[in-house]
Amino acid sequence: MNAFLRFNPEYDLSSQPGVSPLFGVPVSVKDNICIQGKETTCASKILKGHVPPYDATVIERLKSKGATIFGQCNMDEFAFGSSSETSAFGPVRNPWDLDRVPGGSSGGSAAAVSADMTLAALGSDTGGSIRQPAAFCGVVGLKPTYGRVSRFGLIAFGSSFDQIGPITKTVEDAAILMNILAGHDSKDSTSAPMPVPDYTKALRRDVRGLRIGLPEEYFIEGIDPEVEKNVRAAAEILKRLGAEVKSVKLPHTAYSVAVYYIVAVAEASSNLGRFDGVEYGLRIPEKPLREMYFETRDQGFGREAKRRILLGTFVLSSGYYEAYYLKGQKVRTLIRDDFNKAFKEVDVILTPTAPTAAFKIGEKLNDPLAMYLSDIFTIPVNLAGIPAISIPCGFTSSGLPVGLQLMAKPFDEETLFRTAYAFEQETEFYKKNPKLDGEK
Amino acid sequence: MEFEILKIAELARLNLKPEEQEKLTKDLEAILGYVKKLDSLDTSKVEPTSHVLDLENVFRSDQAKPSHVRDKALEHAPLREGKFFKVPKVVERE
Repeated sequence: MNAFLRFNPEYDLSSQPGVSPLFGVPVSVKDNICIQGKETTCASKILKGHVPPYDATVIERLKSKGATIFGQCNMDEFAFGSSSETSAFGPVRNPWDLDRVPGGSSGGSAAAVSADMTLAALGSDTGGSIRQPAAFCGVVGLKPTYGRVSRFGLIAFGSSFDQIGPITKTVEDAAILMNILAGHDSKDSTSAPMPVPDYTKALRRDVRGLRIGLPEEYFIEGIDPEVEKNVRAAAEILKRLGAEVKSVKLPHTAYSVAVYYIVAVAEASSNLGRFDGVEYGLRIPEKPLREMYFETRDQGFGREAKRRILLGTFVLSSGYYEAYYLKGQKVRTLIRDDFNKAFKEVDVILTPTAPTAAFKIGEKLNDPLAMYLSDIFTIPVNLAGIPAISIPCGFTSSGLPVGLQLMAKPFDEETLFRTAYAFEQETEFYKKNPKLDGEK
Repeated sequence: MEFEILKIAELARLNLKPEEQEKLTKDLEAILGYVKKLDSLDTSKVEPTSHVLDLENVFRSDQAKPSHVRDKALEHAPLREGKFFKVPKVVERE
């Protein structure tokens, strides 16, 4: 499956059974989260040999609870992708069908959890990179509210969008991990100084009175009818369990992908300016210094990284900044306003996580726009900074998992957990596992 | 629109192989064509969003703390000399 790039053979001996809540629990980590003393590469050649001198805050927190930091998971290079095919170390495969992608960019994390190769994993989500692979691999993936989890030690892609979150088999596991991951961190000035509730207390099998909104803009042409059928059936199940389901409007949804591919790539091109061969990672020895930068970046970055660096540099460049970057930021405001209005009427918004189930390896790799549009239902959440969870809601006729996305108000992860748990316990899709006997 | 890929690549400090240039130009023109759909929205009265949290002026006290990061960071540098990162000459002699 090529889900892992590296394994950690040691485990923490200071961890104690009965004392450390995650004693011996193997948690794997997307390869853009820094682990002290372990090579961390973002699946890119340019970070070959990069060994961080510190732990990301999320790693520190997991270690403090006794977790074993088990594997470092393959991903799209610098999290640039929706299929985990842009890794410099080869594509990740989907455990449900090895000819298909696991989604991305946290594809290694989702595939590893789905195939029971690790008990849980961390991913990062800038435009859907936790939720879309969770949907494609039939597991649970939570993108927390922007600011809920510290980004310290997460190698930055889009700094106003990025969030680390758990990928797990069950909703309960995600809640347990969020109790550990969430909270203010003085090392991340964008982490929110707000108290963290006990998320496991939200795991009640009760959605009576809950108001759930179905946005018509998410059931559009191009959506796979089998995905639509499963997601609509999920809404019916929640209704049967006592929730009130109604239609809501998010009129600027169709502009989300365009906003994202201006604003997020602008942030990315700026963040990737630091990879220049001077302090860490790859250096192509060239003279003089200027040539060293150009050659190191040429040989170090893959095709999609170059595409985004160029696009981001362009939209920020003199003469184009207002027409593209500023325009994008303004439409971002309209998309946020859509959600603010919708959440006056409902507690949860229910949508498909992605318009299709997992697609074939190679299918979209040479058509960047088609690839970008596979994130059409996950991107708006990052633009607005709200939390969202993807949970399994059924299978296509060919046996591929379908994901259901639930969104909530900022810092209302509890309502997501409550809704997701009620649905999961009622349907038990999580009990079905991919067949891994090597036969198709 | 004429997308001047070499000029942008120069700004991004990126060499591009000749065979990459054509495909990247085509890709980027397609993406920029797609994002033009934003022009149909009137945003003259809309404030831009650069950040979603209502946080401002996040300060911490300026306290000196021991740190051994310098030695650890230099350990994996591509090239170092003493306590410095070493790079090629900025200006070459003619």
